[in-house]
Amino acid sequence: MSYSSGRILLSSQREGQVSRFRTWVMLVVPLAAILFQVYIPLFFQFLKFLEMPLLVVVYFALMRRSQIGGLLTGALVGLAQDSLSKDPLGLHGIVNTLVGYFAASVGVRLDVDHGVIRFLLALFFYMFHQLLCWMIEQALPLGHQPAFKIDEWVVFGLLNAVVAVALFHFLDKLRESA
Amino acid sequence: MESAPNRYRSFTVLVLVIFAQLVLLAVQVKNDQNVSVIRSWTVTAVSPVARVLEWGRHSSVGFIRNYVLLRDANDANRRLQSEVDRLKVENVFLKNELNLADRAKALEAFAARVPSRTLAATVFASAAGSDSNAVLVDRGSVSGVERGMGVVTPDGIVGKVLRVYAMSSMVGLIDDQDFAAGVVTQNPQVRGVLKGQGKPMCKVDYVPFEDKIAAGDLLFTSGEDHIFPRGFPVGVVTSVRNGQPFKEIWAEPSGLRRGVPEDVLIILEGVHQDVPEAPPSNQTVYINPSPPAAGQPEEGAPPAAVGTEADRVRAQAQAISESQGHPFGGTDGKIPDFNANHPLPPAAPAPQPGAEAPPPVSSSTRRANQAAGASSGGKQDR
Repeated sequence: MSYSSGRILLSSQREGQVSRFRTWVMLVVPLAAILFQVYIPLFFQFLKFLEMPLLVVVYFALMRRSQIGGLLTGALVGLAQDSLSKDPLGLHGIVNTLVGYFAASVGVRLDVDHGVIRFLLALFFYMFHQLLCWMIEQALPLGHQPAFKIDEWVVFGLLNAVVAVALFHFLDKLRESA
Repeated sequence: MESAPNRYRSFTVLVLVIFAQLVLLAVQVKNDQNVSVIRSWTVTAVSPVARVLEWGRHSSVGFIRNYVLLRDANDANRRLQSEVDRLKVENVFLKNELNLADRAKALEAFAARVPSRTLAATVFASAAGSDSNAVLVDRGSVSGVERGMGVVTPDGIVGKVLRVYAMSSMVGLIDDQDFAAGVVTQNPQVRGVLKGQGKPMCKVDYVPFEDKIAAGDLLFTSGEDHIFPRGFPVGVVTSVRNGQPFKEIWAEPSGLRRGVPEDVLIILEGVHQDVPEAPPSNQTVYINPSPPAAGQPEEGAPPAAVGTEADRVRAQAQAISESQGHPFGGTDGKIPDFNANHPLPPAAPAPQPGAEAPPPVSSSTRRANQAAGASSGGKQDR
């Protein structure tokens, strides 16, 4: 693992290196993440806490440092998630869109190759994602009251952050070098 | 210079994408009333705007109408004002017409009710002089009016004829200082003399202190003054004070309660009446219903009784005989009980106005009529 050492904050946007990915990577990785979320828990119930689509959105937004790219990736992944769930279309789409936008915005300012940063960002965006989902479900008349389980969110957020560090390291292998 | 959408391109895209997904979300989700959220949101979002727009439109139109387009307001106001004035005059005229018709009808009904022969007259002027309580009426000697005749209305006596001219007469009102009339109360019948005092209230003199009379008692003409026949309403006692040898009594004349009347009746030939036992109620004018169609007799109307008093007595005797099973005029040797209580046949109708006037009724004739149970109808000359 070759994390960048030294400063965490970038002094200018030009210091940050924009990562590029092949098209098939941009298609296959989110698709695989969605499949993982819907398929793996059938066999391994304990892996249900993993928000792989979210982590993928965060990764691509951070690494590409493009707000529009990040929000579009988030929108598409979120809508795909909604399509495979019982929730109305747009619920995860909105949340992932905002996650992708803000992640890209943060990626411009931070050294996202840093392991700790990745951990913290993954934890933060997981919490952000859960909170937004709760707020939207609360606002919409879905027929059920969503539970506000902050302790569970923290635990699962930490676990997802750990997984995110490993996943991001793996995905780093798929990016094109400048 | 970069435009705002380009400058905030990513944020604009974010907003658009979020908005699109919100719409997508709202289309699918329905609320408790099974109304889609997008419909609910749309109505919620549009309603205040529409309300504000409507308020603005209404205010603008109101402002333009009420403050800007005032070019013709002055003319319209003047036109409407003149219209209102015209309608006011018309209204007063119609009210007067109606009042006149009502008064004429009431006077006619009253004249038909009283047995005395009367002559309707209209007050057309008041006599000259500030202290004279007299008026001029449009009937004079040509119409048979003579000095000293009484003048009455349905409300009560009004005064007496002071002077007679060819086409008019002067009537001294009841509140004139020279006016006096014999009055009597209802029960017990306390007698006195009502005198005008030159003011709205009249004084009742010569009532002994031991007689029972109280405020609120009604006064009627006693007939002893040879001006007014007995039984016409005069007024109501307003105050009574004990004195020696006579009481001091004040009364309000009912004939002038509503001011000087415009139409009066002059009593040409007086017929005494009984003083009513009970206080007279407010009598309304009876208006006969419309006549039935031509050739269609009115249902329930009894056949008109015609003939003389002898015919009426004969009809009564026949009815009693038949009710007791005796043929009227038969010779079966039995005599019907004519003292049995049997309803009298209807009296002969009152003579119509314009018919020949009956002769003056003396007290002896009146007693005879009362004994015979006859009722004499009033007659009014016009």
